[in-house]
Amino acid sequence: MVPDIYRIASRTEEFPGTCTLGITPHSGGRAGNFSAGQFNMLYAFGAGEVAISMSGSAQDGTYIHTIRSQGLATQALHRLREGEFLGVRGPFGSGWPMEQVAGRHLLIVAGGLGMAPLRPVIYSLLEGKTQPSSAQLFYGARRPQEMLYTGELQRWQQALKVVTTVDHAETEWPGQIGVITKPLGAATLDAENTVVFLCGPEVMMRFCIQVLLGKGVSADAIYLSMERNMKCAIGHCGHCQWGPNFICKDGPVFRYGDIRAWFDIRAL
Amino acid sequence: MKSIEQLLQQHPFFHGLPATDRQLISGCGENCVYSSGEYIARENTPADFFFVIREGRVAVETYMPSHGALCLQTLHDGDIFGWSWLFPPYRWTFDARALEKVRAIRLDGKCLRQKCEEDPRLGFELMKRFAKIVAERLQATRLQLLDVYSTERPPPAEVR
Ligand code: FES
Repeated sequence: MVPDIYRIASRTEEFPGTCTLGITPHSGGRAGNFSAGQFNMLYAFGAGEVAISMSGSAQDGTYIHTIRSQGLATQALHRLREGEFLGVRGPFGSGWPMEQVAGRHLLIVAGGLGMAPLRPVIYSLLEGKTQPSSAQLFYGARRPQEMLYTGELQRWQQALKVVTTVDHAETEWPGQIGVITKPLGAATLDAENTVVFLCGPEVMMRFCIQVLLGKGVSADAIYLSMERNMKCAIGHCGHCQWGPNFICKDGPVFRYGDIRAWFDIRAL
Repeated sequence: MKSIEQLLQQHPFFHGLPATDRQLISGCGENCVYSSGEYIARENTPADFFFVIREGRVAVETYMPSHGALCLQTLHDGDIFGWSWLFPPYRWTFDARALEKVRAIRLDGKCLRQKCEEDPRLGFELMKRFAKIVAERLQATRLQLLDVYSTERPPPAEVR
């Protein structure tokens, strides 16, 4: 599969080392459709290719990706500026099960950069395309300076109740200080009628799942997005194999009830 | 105006506690209001009370030389602050400061300890509830120490 050439239409530095790129096809026209939760393979010429989640609205005709400069490929992507080019393959993978949300309470739990793949879900709520009976977002980060999309949080309150918490901060920070499991544990839930979308570092997801199960939420009502290194992204190379699943093809979004046997195996 | 007992009944910490126990506990309690910036507790001073936060935000802090106050966590509506009243030497281990107007019920630790000594069933019930909070805070502290959002990890242990 040959990458298409895209041009960087916008670039925002979220915080040092993490930026959000808006990219459009170099040939003109709109970027293709995608589902919330899917990802693209972004190719920084000469440096490598990496899987990055969609983090914009499916209606924009632009792909939006938030990138943390970490490995060779992401460092090169982070260095790109408006008007420069990159290669794109995708979109790939399964999305969040938006059809599960209608009429139920939607709990979105995001940790750190895990907010990026969940933002399209919030856009879908704001656009009225998805109608849960109610919705709440719990968003945890390391420090206030390392929170994504802070300029949008106020607008999001139109569609859902937003609870932010950071592990460390000065007391001027108006949100909560402490780990995300605390406000999550204190939340009032109709456990039987709740569906959870969860994304963040694996350790954080493990602890959040413990809290959610303790509150009576069923393992089959918890969906999470997994991250692994990808190569082909189409289920051929086996690079992202995880138990019987290929994360690129069967995921990255999985139902916890289906994968708990794999999720709990260490070093898999 | 609601009585202390009614207010305690609404607070998650006291859910499921028999009315007779709540009545007994409410005899040790009083309503109090703290304005923003006011200290509710100071490190290493006598811990004669614990606080049931009804409304508002409280910072649990410690003082770091050449830094100032360092906030370890914030507490909110429905939380409890303080277990130092339970164990000798009955002194606060951290500061607690109101970050906005805080409404709380202040419960007299000495009065409660006396009641718990006289009624071990009530004492055990309260101890279980406090132990749950202590365990939850310990878990939260461990998670905070893990620094899960950081990209830096300690190097893997060397296998010999
Ligand atoms: S990346 Fe090749 S099989 Fe998933």
